[in-house]
Amino acid sequence: MSEKQGKMTEIRWHGRGGQGAKTACLLLAEAAFFSGKYVQGFPEYGPERMGAPITAYNRISDEECTVHSNIYTPDHVAVVDETLLSAVDVLSGLKEGGVLIINTTKTADEVRDELPGFEGPVCVVDAKKISMEMLGRNFPNTPMLAAVVKASDVLDEERFISDMRKSFEHKFHDKPEMIEGNMKALQKTMDEVRVE
Amino acid sequence: MKKIRAKEINEKITWQDITPGAEIYEPATSRYVQTGDWRVMRPEFIEDKCKQCLLCVPFCPDSSIPVKDGRRGDFDFAHCKGCGICVRVCPFDAIDFVKEDR
Amino acid sequence: MAIRERMSGNEAVATAMRQINPDVMGAFPITPSTEIPEYFSQFMADGLVDTQFVPVESEHSAMSVCIGASAAGARAVTATSSAGLAYMWELLYVAASSRLPMTMAVANRALTGPISIGNDHSDSMGARDSGWIQIYAESNQEVYDNFIQGVTITEATRIPVMICQDGFITSHGVSNIELLEDEKVREYIGEYEPEDYLLNSDHPLAVGPYGTAPYYMEVKRQQAQAMKDAMPVILEAAEKYGKITGRNYGFFEEYRMEDAEVAVVVIGSSAGTGKAAVDRMREEGKKAGLIKLRVFRPFPRIPLAEAMCRVKAVAIMDKAESFSNSGGPLFSEARSALYDLPQRPLAINYIYGLGGRDITVEDFDRIYDELFAIEKSGDPGDVYRYIGVRDSRDGEGQER
Repeated sequence: MSEKQGKMTEIRWHGRGGQGAKTACLLLAEAAFFSGKYVQGFPEYGPERMGAPITAYNRISDEECTVHSNIYTPDHVAVVDETLLSAVDVLSGLKEGGVLIINTTKTADEVRDELPGFEGPVCVVDAKKISMEMLGRNFPNTPMLAAVVKASDVLDEERFISDMRKSFEHKFHDKPEMIEGNMKALQKTMDEVRVE
Repeated sequence: MKKIRAKEINEKITWQDITPGAEIYEPATSRYVQTGDWRVMRPEFIEDKCKQCLLCVPFCPDSSIPVKDGRRGDFDFAHCKGCGICVRVCPFDAIDFVKEDR
Repeated sequence: MAIRERMSGNEAVATAMRQINPDVMGAFPITPSTEIPEYFSQFMADGLVDTQFVPVESEHSAMSVCIGASAAGARAVTATSSAGLAYMWELLYVAASSRLPMTMAVANRALTGPISIGNDHSDSMGARDSGWIQIYAESNQEVYDNFIQGVTITEATRIPVMICQDGFITSHGVSNIELLEDEKVREYIGEYEPEDYLLNSDHPLAVGPYGTAPYYMEVKRQQAQAMKDAMPVILEAAEKYGKITGRNYGFFEEYRMEDAEVAVVVIGSSAGTGKAAVDRMREEGKKAGLIKLRVFRPFPRIPLAEAMCRVKAVAIMDKAESFSNSGGPLFSEARSALYDLPQRPLAINYIYGLGGRDITVEDFDRIYDELFAIEKSGDPGDVYRYIGVRDSRDGEGQER
């Protein structure tokens, strides 16, 4: 990384087609944009199938980034589906001290037990539970996004919450009931999750 | 801008002067092409037998049967290719078909 | 004031189209350009445009719609990718040779086979001889800017214009962008007032006649001249655009070329990745530079050769094979452009990024290291090379 791009944060998302990892990635880009950052949010497409592993990426920086390659040494990794741990090397290239943010019912220690050799920080989020409670449906994106923001410390939290309202209003302009549910899910996640 | 007329486009025209995309800026330019030269058989109009039913006129593929004041005249031999359709459709044998003899 | 936004390259193109408010859009979906007609049809549904949106059953027909519309006197746009562009092939020639203005967005994608939705330039590079102007973009910002300029270029030159961006990489990548206000776009492009058009009953017109041997070649020669004459038009459009946006464009962009000893010539999004490698080289005191080609048709033969000849060694990058056994299309043309110069750099070709294969800053580092080695030795070795491909000979130190 050059000096010029020293403040850049790179995040890699792992999910399965149809679970919304790409959407979460684009939402993070949008939130970072609202915070005045230069952003990139882009998916890597493999087989175009529901359930197939997909990867998505974010670059967030105070200066414009011209690099258009995928991210191989992320600062943090977000895993939307814990079954991917056995299917994909989600820790590949993760920088020293980088957080693994994962959607799971397990504890951080239980997750580390599944990843021999990994002793880095983990942030667990039971996105399904939060989503079912707040939205009545399993849309893990919003809790995942909130957990990533909290764990990565890439954005100011208060600014993030107010910006996300705008973002949901943009996205759900024809489904207003989704706006409040998503905002509640966001707040609950921000309150509950921690990096362990 | 003054447009080049179809009459002025011939095999001597340079690339600078030909129209963009070979566009043609007027209708009915086919009249400049003397397709009558292609004829090997020629129709002969027998005015005495003609009842002026004008059935031959719409059948002519080359618009070579001139009509004036509701009556047809002799063929336009500059464009008639000698296809003979008019001979076939005439109900009164008013068109003969003979070998072209130039 | 510019409007600060964030959006994908596809949304950027669709937004440009909304602001342009074209008369006709011929539309048929194909990955990765599908989002363009999707966004646009939403604009239609929201009543934001007056466009006649013509959904058809194939790209062959989408291009035919644009041809018919343009001949009739309408401002026409469309979008496509890959096999869709290939299916337009014969009509690309009809549009160009009939000198019909239109602007087409291409989200570049590989051609089959194997079947792939990944990005490369084989679709538009295959169409390079069809007589269309081709302008390529590094980012969502550039594809937006290029599309708006494309409208003025096509109407001033009567040559159809392809505005290309890298499929998925920029078409689906969301990043920051500055948009113009709608009225500024409309002021920039102006009203479209063709001199001749089919729906003008006062001046009858025939379009697309048969060209017999005594005429065909004169028409083609004039078409070639139009492409040549498009060069200053493209620069004028860029200059006028630069005045309202502060974003300046030319045939190509020179990045840190002032004192460069070696350079990479590259098209599209990978140029941005290459720039990061240049910065890294410069920090180590190595004089690396980069030329990003923006306009591939007309090919800026003389200015590009002059820019390249200032370095000692140049790597010309192709995101398309041409199976010529002599390198890719950009290499063939760029190296040929150097031939007329008394002093020319050593030139090598890299085929890269086919079918969505990623190219990284580290790959560019390796290319620059190789260029410095060539500069030192004076021996380019085999000029026709690949980068980013697995090779069983890797590690054996063999020349490839």
